[in-house]
Amino acid sequence: MAQIFPKWTNTLPLILAVGGVFLLSGVTGFFWYYGSPKYTDVGYRPIQPVAYSHKVHAGDLGMDCRYCHNYVETSQEANVPPTQTCMNCHTLVLPESEKLLPVRESWATDKPIEWVRVHMLPEYAYFPHSPHLRAGVGCESCHGNVAEMEVVMQSQPLSMSWCLECHRNPDMHLRPSDQITVMGWQAPDNQLEFAARIKKEKNINPPENCSACHF
Amino acid sequence: MSTITKETDLKVHEDGELVEGNPTFASVTADISRAPEAGTPKLWFVAFGAALSLMGLGLTLIGYLFWEGTGIWGIQNPAGWGWAIINFVWWVGIGHAGTLISAILFLFRQRWRTAINRFAEAMTIFAVICALVFPGIHVGRVWVAYFMFPLPNQMGMWPNFRSPLLWDVFAVGTYFTVSLLFWYVGLIPDLATFRDRAKTKIKKAALAVFSLGWRGGNRQWQHYERAYLILAGLSTPLVLSVHSVVSFDFAVSLIPGWHTTIFPPYFVAGAIFSGFAMVMTLALIARKIYGLEHIITMRHLENMNKIMLLTGMMVGYAYSCEFFVAWYSGNLYEKAIFINRAIGPYAWAYWTMIFCNVVVPQIFWSRKMRRNIPVMFVASILINVGMWFERFVIVITSLSQDFLPSSWDYFSPTFFDVGIYLGTFGIFFTFFLLFLRFLPMVAIAEIKGVLPQADPHYYEHNGHH
Repeated sequence: MAQIFPKWTNTLPLILAVGGVFLLSGVTGFFWYYGSPKYTDVGYRPIQPVAYSHKVHAGDLGMDCRYCHNYVETSQEANVPPTQTCMNCHTLVLPESEKLLPVRESWATDKPIEWVRVHMLPEYAYFPHSPHLRAGVGCESCHGNVAEMEVVMQSQPLSMSWCLECHRNPDMHLRPSDQITVMGWQAPDNQLEFAARIKKEKNINPPENCSACHF
Repeated sequence: MSTITKETDLKVHEDGELVEGNPTFASVTADISRAPEAGTPKLWFVAFGAALSLMGLGLTLIGYLFWEGTGIWGIQNPAGWGWAIINFVWWVGIGHAGTLISAILFLFRQRWRTAINRFAEAMTIFAVICALVFPGIHVGRVWVAYFMFPLPNQMGMWPNFRSPLLWDVFAVGTYFTVSLLFWYVGLIPDLATFRDRAKTKIKKAALAVFSLGWRGGNRQWQHYERAYLILAGLSTPLVLSVHSVVSFDFAVSLIPGWHTTIFPPYFVAGAIFSGFAMVMTLALIARKIYGLEHIITMRHLENMNKIMLLTGMMVGYAYSCEFFVAWYSGNLYEKAIFINRAIGPYAWAYWTMIFCNVVVPQIFWSRKMRRNIPVMFVASILINVGMWFERFVIVITSLSQDFLPSSWDYFSPTFFDVGIYLGTFGIFFTFFLLFLRFLPMVAIAEIKGVLPQADPHYYEHNGHH
């Protein structure tokens, strides 16, 4: 009987097997790395309507986060301040600055500045700020060291596994309540001791059930 | 064991030859290859068109289900499980005949299985495909179907490993994989036969790829038979495990009528029962149309009828045992659910089930009826109707009359329930007709092995060897 396939096809199964393994691990690896929120979301840095520098205000000038985001301890949202808050100082400080033109415009026309949201959670995830702050989680844990950012960017993946990681073991993120807004905070040597104590004192027991965040 | 007397030989003949009409090796090949090699008959196109339309209907309705959600089904409180799980369990059950015939009967050296095993294995695979449709669509959100599998994900979440619904995915998935492998390994020598007989180049090349370079040499046969034996050993526990796990979906819950230890063996018996009924229905049609009466003989049919009689009585025993336990347990809720099954709003379904599954197979006590083709054809269909109603009774009666009488309600299916169920018949027959048209529907090489010529009795002349 005549041969059905030429001789070179003998190596075909080997090539297919090896190629298959490479292809499979390649595709898996590709999505593992490039499909993860660590790649797709971290580093998101939209251009804002005002060239506002967190580095200048929170870093160099040392303003507390809560001067502008003043409802954060009592509300779900870390509110974006109204133009009034800016003008508290900027009627006197740099009143002629060109960079501040949109702020003065908003002030004059009574139209709010349209800031671009940086940290976005899906609508089906319920995240209130206040209980996290009450427990003593620092701003920095989720938002990164904002005091060093000229323009704010997303520094954490904000994925569900990232949330759960802290809910399962919050110890390294709990601070005394007077240090919540401190940037560049270093955990003290007795952090675990402190965490154990504060968890007991404040009855901190982060939920892991579905309806804690989804309902 | 040095002598084999004429008497034992005669006994075998009395029981009926495995293959009738004294065929030769060549004529067996020719008979089985005829249908796939000849042109497509008109009847096939008619049947295929019908199956394809039904499949189209099913897929369209499934598409609408994805668009609209499960509200289009008849499920409502308190019966949150409806036809999807009934159909799933029914199709998986039907799939059981394949492994039973190919693995357990093989290990027990029941050589009569050769005529029907290819057939039954193909049926198994297609039935499991139909079954797998339902877990995939039952939440109406196909885009989260991946969540049935423990895949690493950015949510850091896993399926609930303590849930029998997850065990189900593994059990049925394993079953499908092993059945497919078994079927394919068995096909290899026959595909090579087809390859050698192929007329066109493309057909030859395609068959050559799938027959994996089979030449039929002695060494290849040795490896092949070893592989087949190992696969048979691997899939034997699956016959028992798969439907046991399916029964856990119910038995592990706390619903009266479900929470019972008899479920695993009861489900396995029922699965084999319905599987054999389906093989019977299909084999009767195929042997008639393709003229394979001398290969799928009356002896095969009779044996299958005996198995149906046995398994039918097993499920009958389970039905009565459930009632006994409901009474004996003294559990008020258990008693109530079983009284309601027999005389409540679903009594019509319950007695349909009893008639089809318990009464109908009793006809096979008579040898005359066991060998009567119209009788066994009707009986095999009725048995599968009965087995569908068994799952209906289990799922619907227990759910629609739960612990809280104020929420009791009567379950009515909608057009979409029925349509999607019919659609799976379309899927099943589309695959099955393609199988009949293009593949050897009977294991050619194995049939040759049970011909008298395959075991020449040289020693008969002098009485020893």
